[in-house]
Amino acid sequence: MAQFPFTAIVGQPELLLALQLVVVDPMLGGVLIFGDRGTGKSTAVRALAELLPPMNAVRGCPYNCDPADETLRCADGCPRCDGSTASIVAERVPVPVVDLPLGATEDRVVGALDLEAALSRGERVFSPGLLARANRGFLYIDEVNLLPDHLVDLLLDVAASGENVVEREGVSVRHAARFVLIGSGNPEEGELRPQLLDRFGLALEVTTPTDIATRVEVVKRRMAFDRDPRAFLEQFAERDAALTRSLLEARERLATVETHDAVIERAAGLCAALGTDGLRGELTLIRAARAAASLEGLSVVGLDHLRRVAPLALRHRLRRDPLDEVGSGARVERVIGEVFSA
Amino acid sequence: MSPPLQTDGRGPGWDDAALIVRLLACDPFGVGGVVLRGPAGPVRDRLCAWIADALEQGAARVKIPCHVSEDRLLGGIALAETLASGTVVREAGLLSRAHGGIATLAMAERMDATVAAHLCAALDRGELVVEREGGSLSAPCRLGVVALDEGIDDERLPVPLRDRLAFSIDLDGLDARMLDDLPEAGFADELDSRTTEAHAALDDEAIDALVRVAASVGVDSTRAVLLAGRVAAIHAALDGRASVSPEDLEVAARLVIGPRARWIPAPEQDEPEPNDETETETETEREPQPEDEAGCENEQDEDERDDVGPRLDEIVLEAVKSAMPDGVLDALRVGTDRRKGAVDRGRAGAAERSVESGRPAGTLARMPQPGNRLAVLDTLRAAAPWQRLRGGGHGRGLRIYREDFRVRRFVRRKESCVIFAVDASGSAALQRLAEAKGAVEHVLADCYVRRDHVALIAFRGTQASVVLPPTRSLARVRRELSALAGGGTTPLASGIDAALSLADDARKRGRTPLLVVMTDGRGNVTRGGEASVARAREEALESSRRVRGTGIPTLLLDTGPRARPRVRTLADEMNARYLPLPRLDAAGVSRQVQQLARESTCR
Repeated sequence: MAQFPFTAIVGQPELLLALQLVVVDPMLGGVLIFGDRGTGKSTAVRALAELLPPMNAVRGCPYNCDPADETLRCADGCPRCDGSTASIVAERVPVPVVDLPLGATEDRVVGALDLEAALSRGERVFSPGLLARANRGFLYIDEVNLLPDHLVDLLLDVAASGENVVEREGVSVRHAARFVLIGSGNPEEGELRPQLLDRFGLALEVTTPTDIATRVEVVKRRMAFDRDPRAFLEQFAERDAALTRSLLEARERLATVETHDAVIERAAGLCAALGTDGLRGELTLIRAARAAASLEGLSVVGLDHLRRVAPLALRHRLRRDPLDEVGSGARVERVIGEVFSA
Repeated sequence: MSPPLQTDGRGPGWDDAALIVRLLACDPFGVGGVVLRGPAGPVRDRLCAWIADALEQGAARVKIPCHVSEDRLLGGIALAETLASGTVVREAGLLSRAHGGIATLAMAERMDATVAAHLCAALDRGELVVEREGGSLSAPCRLGVVALDEGIDDERLPVPLRDRLAFSIDLDGLDARMLDDLPEAGFADELDSRTTEAHAALDDEAIDALVRVAASVGVDSTRAVLLAGRVAAIHAALDGRASVSPEDLEVAARLVIGPRARWIPAPEQDEPEPNDETETETETEREPQPEDEAGCENEQDEDERDDVGPRLDEIVLEAVKSAMPDGVLDALRVGTDRRKGAVDRGRAGAAERSVESGRPAGTLARMPQPGNRLAVLDTLRAAAPWQRLRGGGHGRGLRIYREDFRVRRFVRRKESCVIFAVDASGSAALQRLAEAKGAVEHVLADCYVRRDHVALIAFRGTQASVVLPPTRSLARVRRELSALAGGGTTPLASGIDAALSLADDARKRGRTPLLVVMTDGRGNVTRGGEASVARAREEALESSRRVRGTGIPTLLLDTGPRARPRVRTLADEMNARYLPLPRLDAAGVSRQVQQLARESTCR
């Protein structure tokens, strides 16, 4: 099925920025997207999959392990890591963007004993799950707020540690599972446990565009795409390719981006003013600002980068105050305004 | 208009219903489907028969019960076949069987959010992706949905699903007496040329008109506009035209956007030249918060192009108005449409319930007993390694022994549901009410962290009303609380009764109810609405004794300026803990509620 091209998405600048940031820096800790119905959350994430250039992987490895990286070890079934084959062949594979469908059972997520092999051959073989498939890529959960809590816990834990440990039905396996977690949901259908909110690196709320011209453009493009996907894709192919290039360059550049003390101080000031708990907020904030700078082709982080990514990195880290009539987004904006004008 | 309908002249209700059936049959997946809202009966049966008849020959027709398990919906392991053959045999779920046809949802208003989400995913993607029970599957799943919604009041089809279905038919609007004159079937013949592939094209002006109209009546969802566009295109194609005409747009707007309308445009909008300022102003008044999720009311109809001549959208708007639900017009004209904005208040709580209740927590090795659910896959996994030894497998059937059996284990965290019955009468005075609100909000913050449910009942004037059914949505509670007004007489007995009935309901749903009654105890109106202090007091005491009878843990907060023995008596009758509010602040109340919750769950 053809995907709507990323660069054809109208409006939603914050959503597009957040997705690009996690591509540039996969260690940012994922994105949580909350928003109304029909605002294009899923469209944007699926479009992202098409943007990413292929990567090198060991052929036949169910965990997509990187032939160049000796430190990452995977488990049974990988020709390199289990030593069953002497020669390792690298191949270009698309970066996995794995959909975690609602109703997925735990055994499919983490992996389990391969029943077919056990029944027909009496062998005890581990059948890798979605976490294995998402290694080095993205794991997308639509309606993350409808996922059973224990699965959300598990996913966040694996996403943070980069390793999936399976101990069930006599299989004992651990394998690398480094992926960017992207969750989306509609707050009307139930909120995410507050304890889980700040485990996501970035968070944002998307809303329907308010001005008519934008809305018309959204509908027009969608209809054009539905009518003739191929022609539509062609129309945006060049822009998509250009974005892919700049994402790659930004990723290369990221390690060399400099962060001056002034920026770090300002970030600390911002977090203090907002009263966010712990250091995670600050670290994510600075990381995101670096990624933003890199995305613009710059090698030094500026205060404006900090300002741009601050709502993304901080709005879900405020302590929820039910007495506060103003949403946390607005609170962040207000404090940012104060801190930056001071 | 379109080609002759067999129903011509039976009134707009039946005409539109027939038209919807035809449009739906042309491209069930494209338009998503239809909600048939109203009680079961001959009218609904006839519509279902029409739909079944209009569908292509051989198209799938699948019924999905509202409490369908995920196994059945998505497919799972076929137990009998698996055991007999010794290899894993899977069976298709209802969703993939509905591919290419229609899935009918019985009692759609009771459907839980998870099932609805699966349907939404299928409608969005046209394919079914399943990752469960040891296998992954991706199968085409282009289906249309016919949702039979028998809900009364708040109970309705889950919003995300409703948003994806182009049409809805209000069965009450159809006259059953006409059934005899209406055809039983007969839609199929005239639909020889399926139009799925050949939708007419929409020009920019048409899209523009649809977007404007949708915006002006408060329809925010982009999806609604897309669906309307698709319906217009199908309508044109049915008529044998290659491009969409204003007439097609009118039909699409009337059938798709009309029923979704949430307000009518400000009167100024009826004039050819809309007045920007007034429009924006009224809008802003209506929306207190940009992040007010439930209402998704970020509508701002800023007309940027006033140069449009005789506007297409005006014609279309008229069509929409004609199709707006009864009563909406009046309610909305006033502009203070809180209730309508929160149409779906009943759902959020219900949806969460399905997520939380009996959360699966692995399996347990033991023989299944009545009430247990067999964990098929885990049982097979346990048996698998031994098959060679036992002489099973490989077409010889599986040998499952007693010790292989696994049953599913569910953890049911005792969820509590705190029910506040707040005296909002004049005697409780506005300032006291503010304090009560503060206390409720404070408790709420704790409940939110513990994922408990909160419900709010207010009593004043002659009756008690459920301001907020049990919910965990912070935004909704906040909104309702701030809107809660005080004043009037004190129907204390009605308030307690209402709280009890909510508590009873909560118990039926497996939650532990807690009651927090906030009053100054000056009941002065009877259940019947009669102003008699003596009778009112008698009734209040009687209701209090009923509280004691249920054994529901209760906290009575005396909101009077001084603690009074009268309220104390009430508390004693209820067997409630009595706390005079004057000595407590919000945090103190919250602590008390927490303590009560702890005690009650330990019992």
